[in-house]
Amino acid sequence: MLRDVSLQVPAGSTLAVLGRNGAGKSTLLRILATLLRPHAGEVLVFGEALPRRGFAVRGRLGLLAHDPLLYRDLSARENLSYHARLHAVGLGRVEELLHAVGMSGRADEPVRLLSRGLVQRLAVCRAVLHAPSLLLLDEPLANLDPAATELVGPLIGREAGATRVLTSHDPQAALAEADLVLGLEDGRAAFLTSPDKVDPGAVKRLYA
Amino acid sequence: MRTALTVLRKDLLLELRGLETLPAMILFAIVTFVIFHFGLNRDTIDGQLAAGVLTVTLLFAAMLGINRLFVAEREQGGFDAFLLAPVDRSALLIAKATALFLFLVVLEVIAVPAFGLLLLGPSLSPVLPGLIVVLALGDVALAVIGTLVSAIAVQTRARDLIGPIIGLPLLLPALIGMARGAGPLLVAHASSSPPGRWVAILALYDLVFALLSYAVFDFLLED
Repeated sequence: MLRDVSLQVPAGSTLAVLGRNGAGKSTLLRILATLLRPHAGEVLVFGEALPRRGFAVRGRLGLLAHDPLLYRDLSARENLSYHARLHAVGLGRVEELLHAVGMSGRADEPVRLLSRGLVQRLAVCRAVLHAPSLLLLDEPLANLDPAATELVGPLIGREAGATRVLTSHDPQAALAEADLVLGLEDGRAAFLTSPDKVDPGAVKRLYA
Repeated sequence: MRTALTVLRKDLLLELRGLETLPAMILFAIVTFVIFHFGLNRDTIDGQLAAGVLTVTLLFAAMLGINRLFVAEREQGGFDAFLLAPVDRSALLIAKATALFLFLVVLEVIAVPAFGLLLLGPSLSPVLPGLIVVLALGDVALAVIGTLVSAIAVQTRARDLIGPIIGLPLLLPALIGMARGAGPLLVAHASSSPPGRWVAILALYDLVFALLSYAVFDFLLED
């Protein structure tokens, strides 16, 4: 449940959302992704009011959630090809992304046989397949080792050029990425400020 | 249409890989015929009794498929992935109903001859064209209503119970149409064409539920 959360994220910038489990981080991302309908308040994405104008923003946003949104019995390539067709993206992009995350050699293995780290790499590919202008990243680096983190960096990092809303349990890493930081506590905004003005004590209290 | 084909292709591929639905439907139907064979204590049956046994068995076998139709979407995030794509949501209805229809066709290609061998007295061959018409119209009803019911049931925790509880009453008129349409075909020296009245009723039922499903399906996908 989210209450009294009011914010604006300028195009091209990164909002980091901090908070412990159940604080409302994933709920915020699902509302922005048009997957949850807010009971009250106003949500505008690309200037379009949600959920009424949700169809106008789908396809311009990419969601990397806890669930990789991949079919376990399909191979990495089949999963990405399916999503590419849904988004009317050429299959060449699938090969390009598989290569970018170092999975060309394992692209024909069923997802159920892949390690969590490889599934997360694949989930990153799925989220950015259609080159979205808004990236909604829920713990994007979960299960990734340093080498894999480096591989996905150009796809979901600042260099991707998209507006980003990301959640993290690692405040230091999130602050380093952010232009704006939102601290959520039991669904309410505890603070909303720029990273250099974040009070370390307030961050500690979020996770206490 | 392109999106519906994409989803259908994915569903058929998943079934081909997992073989989770069709074998269960086929096995269920054949086992049920064997149970009827012994339960009725008759070597052969015909007429309305035969039509009833055949259609009820197909209906319950279809329920197995209906219960599993959206499970992969629910458990593996397929719903969210589909909802994030800039596509017409009714494509999911069309794809799922077509997949279920194809499952039912495959089921019947195996189960109907098995029924002919295990239970039916009169020969199937002379009435096969008429029977195909009745079963195909019934399959459309099962596929469309089944997809609608499955999309509702899969959102609940008790989906295995909710599916039959909602689905069977809605499918009852289709069952009656199939049984009454097939009954006159399953007697000795039967006419090869099914009763026109029941064919028309089935076709009308198909049309009404196809339109209804198309109208409400979008709302079922909302959170």
